[in-house]
Amino acid sequence: MANVLENVGRRSLNELDYVGSLNIQLWSTLRAMKSALPLVGNRYRWQATVRQMLEIGYDALPMVSVIAICTGFILAMQGASELRRFGALHYVIELVAVGFTRELGPLLTAIAVSGRSGSAFAAEIGTMKVTEELDSLRVMALEPIEFVLAPKYLAALITIPCLTVISNVFGIFAGGLFMFFSTRLAPLLYFRYVMESIALRDVITGLIKSLAFATIIAHVGCLEGFRVRGGPESVGRSTTSAVVKSTFLVIVADAIFTAIFYFTVKP
Amino acid sequence: MPIISIRDLVVEYDGRRVLDGLNLDIEFGETMVLLGGSGSGKSTLLRQIIGLERPNSGKVIVKGVDITRCTPVELKKIRHSIGVAFQSAALFNSLSVKDNVALPLREHTRLAPSIIDLMVWIKLAVVGLADSSNLLPQELSGGMKKRGAVARALALDPEILVLDEPSAGLDPIVAAELDELILLLKEAFHMTVIVVTHEMPSAFRIADRIAMLHQGKFISVGSKDKIRATQDPHVRHFLDRVPERMASATSVAAHFEKYLHSQETQ
Repeated sequence: MANVLENVGRRSLNELDYVGSLNIQLWSTLRAMKSALPLVGNRYRWQATVRQMLEIGYDALPMVSVIAICTGFILAMQGASELRRFGALHYVIELVAVGFTRELGPLLTAIAVSGRSGSAFAAEIGTMKVTEELDSLRVMALEPIEFVLAPKYLAALITIPCLTVISNVFGIFAGGLFMFFSTRLAPLLYFRYVMESIALRDVITGLIKSLAFATIIAHVGCLEGFRVRGGPESVGRSTTSAVVKSTFLVIVADAIFTAIFYFTVKP
Repeated sequence: MPIISIRDLVVEYDGRRVLDGLNLDIEFGETMVLLGGSGSGKSTLLRQIIGLERPNSGKVIVKGVDITRCTPVELKKIRHSIGVAFQSAALFNSLSVKDNVALPLREHTRLAPSIIDLMVWIKLAVVGLADSSNLLPQELSGGMKKRGAVARALALDPEILVLDEPSAGLDPIVAAELDELILLLKEAFHMTVIVVTHEMPSAFRIADRIAMLHQGKFISVGSKDKIRATQDPHVRHFLDRVPERMASATSVAAHFEKYLHSQETQ
């Protein structure tokens, strides 16, 4: 019994330590973010941010688009199979449009980016740690948070909401294709129904979620990299851990945000 | 006044004492070689000298500032006067050799790009890498990587140059070339050089003084002649390459019996 309590206590302390480290890292990065901004910041840091934006955003575009199209089709077909029985097939449009802008667009994008970029952040920083590159930054009087993390975080904050919007567009487009082939609904009419279904608050709440997801993905990925101890095998473990933890935290954060918006944002 | 003073330095990892009350003065312009076997604590001492870790107690005073207690701003200022080349070279793999050397200049000076290019070329020429400036670190040999790391350490013209195992993993000819490079740098730039190594020929070629570490303590500190003449058994074992832990058939048999006994009792 004492052992069980000891284990529970130790694990709780470890989790608290992890959350505390994430918070400290987040505040340190926010303080260092100015250096990564264009015009007012350091030119080389902004160049690094642009490189990261291409890696997180541009390179992920095909994957995010295909996932959104497939999910749009799936959602439309599954919705239609049930709604058809009640003669309410036109509600498929609302289901796809609102479902994507509020929920599926941000969530699917976050899961795709966490698998691609969260793991890449952990691997890159973990390797830098193992090969003493982080130490060499410190002895050159350069802060790894500013040099490595700030460009990644800024890039994630810019690109993940953009990818979310693109994911929304492709998901809704897939719903339109389904409606065209199943009911011969004209594309322009579908577009008009979509615009009537979506309110500005749906788009804004979706984008707020995507900013929170970007924060989770960038910081969990980088923290896992910074916490690498030992040799190359621990880099592998950190990449797996980055994907698992960031996906888990993204879903938890999604539930919390959805609850907050449900109870506070009135239609 | 010494440029680096270490006073009563104690470092422990998980209750295990790695450095045990070290005291050492390193004078301006001298080449101090920290010598010792694997696990003697020399790399830990180096990390203390460059401010990468904080000790459990004691002081590391660099240019009059105790870097174990100073503010981050003071530590940054001190670090501008220390150039470090790590054992693994630690060149940034995403940057060319030229950009690796240019990095501290771009970050800490407001020099025009053309001046930075010129300074980078000079540093690379000094270490013999001027023709390889556009290569990436993964395209370099082990010796070239180490020389690239030295060039980067020299970028800001530091007063103190710290080299961690510069000859480790290199063939004797390349290691000898690095020794000559260290001597050349000292003569050309009048720097204080601290070298961590366990390579005896290299230590005796480049050192003004040698500090010998054993189990976290200095067992001998002095000139090359003093170290050669010392009768301390640990130093003598190290100099004469006498193994301290001998593997023998009887000791292996004893370990095996002990293992079997522990298995039986389980």
